[in-house]
Amino acid sequence: MASAMLSLASASPSASLSLQENLKISWKRGTSSRINFLGSDFSKTKSFTRTSMTVAVKVSRFNDITMAPPDPILGVSEAFKADTHEMKLNLGVGAYRTEDLQPYVLNVVKKAENLMLEREENKEYLPIEGLAAFNKVTAELMFGADNALIQQQRVATVQGLSGTGSLRLAAALMERYFSGAKVLISSPTWGNHKNIFNDARVPWSEYRYYDPKTVGLDFDGMISDIKAAPDGSFVLLHGCAHNPTGIDPTPEQWEKIADVIQEKNHIPFFDVAYQGFASGSLDEDASSVRLFAARGMELLVAQSYSKNLGLYAERIGAINIVCASSDAAARVKSQLKRLARPMYSNPPIHGARIVSNVVGNPELFNEWKEEMEMMAGRIKSVRQKLYDSLCAKDKSGKDWSFILKQIGMFSFTGLNITQSENMTNKWHVYMTKDGRISLAGLSSAKCEYLADAIVDSYHNVK
Amino acid sequence: MSASSDHANSVFASVVQAPEDPILGVTVAYNKDPSPDKLNLGVGAYRTEEGKPLVLKVVRKAEQLLVNDPSRVKEYLPITGLADFNKLSAKLIFGADSLAIQENRVTTVQCLSGTGSLRVGAEFLARHYHERTIYIPQPTWGNHPKVFTLAGLSVKTYRYYSPNTRGLDFQGLLEDLGSAPAGAIVLLHACAHNPTGVDPTSDQWEQIRQLMRSKGLLPFFDSAYQGFASGSLDADAASVRMFVADGGECLAAQSYAKNMGLYGERVGALSIVCKTAEVASRVESQLKLVIRPMYSNPPIHGASIVATVLKDRDLYNEWTVELKAMADRIISMRKQLFDALQARGTPGDWSHILKQIGMFTFTGLNANQVAFMTKEYHIYMTSDGRISMAGLSSRTVPNLTEAIHAAVSSVA
Repeated sequence: MASAMLSLASASPSASLSLQENLKISWKRGTSSRINFLGSDFSKTKSFTRTSMTVAVKVSRFNDITMAPPDPILGVSEAFKADTHEMKLNLGVGAYRTEDLQPYVLNVVKKAENLMLEREENKEYLPIEGLAAFNKVTAELMFGADNALIQQQRVATVQGLSGTGSLRLAAALMERYFSGAKVLISSPTWGNHKNIFNDARVPWSEYRYYDPKTVGLDFDGMISDIKAAPDGSFVLLHGCAHNPTGIDPTPEQWEKIADVIQEKNHIPFFDVAYQGFASGSLDEDASSVRLFAARGMELLVAQSYSKNLGLYAERIGAINIVCASSDAAARVKSQLKRLARPMYSNPPIHGARIVSNVVGNPELFNEWKEEMEMMAGRIKSVRQKLYDSLCAKDKSGKDWSFILKQIGMFSFTGLNITQSENMTNKWHVYMTKDGRISLAGLSSAKCEYLADAIVDSYHNVK
Repeated sequence: MSASSDHANSVFASVVQAPEDPILGVTVAYNKDPSPDKLNLGVGAYRTEEGKPLVLKVVRKAEQLLVNDPSRVKEYLPITGLADFNKLSAKLIFGADSLAIQENRVTTVQCLSGTGSLRVGAEFLARHYHERTIYIPQPTWGNHPKVFTLAGLSVKTYRYYSPNTRGLDFQGLLEDLGSAPAGAIVLLHACAHNPTGVDPTSDQWEQIRQLMRSKGLLPFFDSAYQGFASGSLDADAASVRMFVADGGECLAAQSYAKNMGLYGERVGALSIVCKTAEVASRVESQLKLVIRPMYSNPPIHGASIVATVLKDRDLYNEWTVELKAMADRIISMRKQLFDALQARGTPGDWSHILKQIGMFTFTGLNANQVAFMTKEYHIYMTSDGRISMAGLSSRTVPNLTEAIHAAVSSVA
């Protein structure tokens, strides 16, 4: 028996047909639609003709797995790469491009990396919560270095894998300690938010946000939906530069949102992926978060340095949880660590060191602010140029001013799925199907072409 | 509204303080200790003879090349990571001539070191595999049960270590795997078992393979020490390659934390060897759905370093030399500690120090003895009696010897 097992086991797939007397047959078992591989049963079989049945020596135990669709956002770049058309334009993922449509590594980042090389730092494991120097500067950047919260040690900060990873850690904490509590997310929101909460098994529902009629904020709908939710829900808010719409509440509206959240004992959960990118000012873009914090509210903030420091692939961000007391913050931090350890043990050092070197060094920090203003400035000027081109090319009288009013990297064009598909299929403009375009991927040189594409898709495609 | 009025009403009131991680917490405690004689034998991070962390010369060279390359950008990697890195990692573990690779039956995705690779693989299995129980050896790395449980698998154990012989409980292993349900997942340490340092022999591996294949058990290899166990990258991958050579399916989690000293960069890979290329392609697409909501895409820096080293013949060769030097230093520490205990006349049979393989020695000291050694001698190790030989030097062997001697002589 052992030798028969051995000979079967060592047979290569191509030799299997000649070993028909040792074929293992797999079959569907019972009501399960999965094909189970039964290892211990050998069947002596007659030879099968190919037309009657597909015979496998051993069918894969993963045979029932279906091909997953490409990611709706990241998959756009894959499709773009495959396109050979000369006018192709990638307005899919929110990654900053220069006027020459090249990726951009910030000068301060290059300087920081050179400093790090010179210092010949080691590559030891970080603590589970990440680089202490990074955690310090990231909380200060978010809340303000002189914020009482920080002096009082009421912020639990844990380095996370950019925005996604920080959101996921928070979601895992929510699932473990706020069982049954749901998170309210804006309609629409970043495509990956739902996936994160689904995988973390946190229930979610939507609050009205975007009003297609006004191409603006459905403020009454938003307030009403937040009020209607069960007390103690989490409310996911975009700190600035809402993704995908680019529509942010005004300061007055933020106050009212904070009012209703406090009334309902909800917990605000800010996703801040564009601090510095919205207005060009790091402090101004933090004002919504600071407004809530100043009211003494407990809140969560996920940060990302992908865009504002161009550190996309380094995966650097943080989850900050503002608690009522330093004791609560210490306990919360310990539980975040407990969730990170079985996910990836401890976070990557490289991006954390870059951030702490830039933000922690006054000279580099100032240079960063200048580069930040430059990037935000290029996007504002491209918005203007696109708007001007649209007005010039579209004689229908449609109001395109939303392009100017929207904030941040993205513009929500209002194009529907078929229209968005037209943008890609006819014009080789790559964007997400929700009608979102990334202005960070647009050059002034291509504004007119894009305007042609938008006008055509909007008017000629239903 | 002032902050102080909310102190009483924290939504986090029910969140309790979690204990420190048992392994990483050792370093936390060590850092707090003011004694100049303190010794950290807790976490498995290599130290030089001078007791310093080591960044490999090839790693520094690779980093220089990368940082000085003006064409390098920091754009998002694909969800599956750096393509070159993935291909090279698969070749490293399965062999450059692996049929499975040539037949495109292997999907490899870059993950966050060993932990991340295990977690992504386990999440995938919990969603797509019909058997949701994973068998882990008793004992195993402290983080394994948590990784698998949080991924949605249920965890059972199989006998592995025999305290009486300080070796492998092979009969127990065969019995336990033999009575596992058909198709169950089995975690195997590819080499240098953590924490015991006890590995099956080549013949024993063959028997394990036959048993597993006859029951359709799904192997999930954890390979964190390739090159560190024997000093040879190929020898240390023999167990994995044995399974792949029979045409069957398996998972393998690789880490570059130790063998390339890239601990904090979090570089690793998960490979799934499938029956056909078509299945591998579908499996890969589903792995992406696990990764995207976890962290979107993996970090570039460490993977770029690894790819740079692996693809360049000279750098690769230099690496193998540096790797062997690390493995050799550990082997010499084993000898020094054994000789010192013999010379001291410490009661007991300490030959397991020489026989065990890899970074760790499973001393056989119990939790009380360990606590004694920490308190009286400032020696930090995990409470299961595991010491990291990588943290020892000729200078510190005498102190450790004294501590062990005192512990076994005075503490039950």
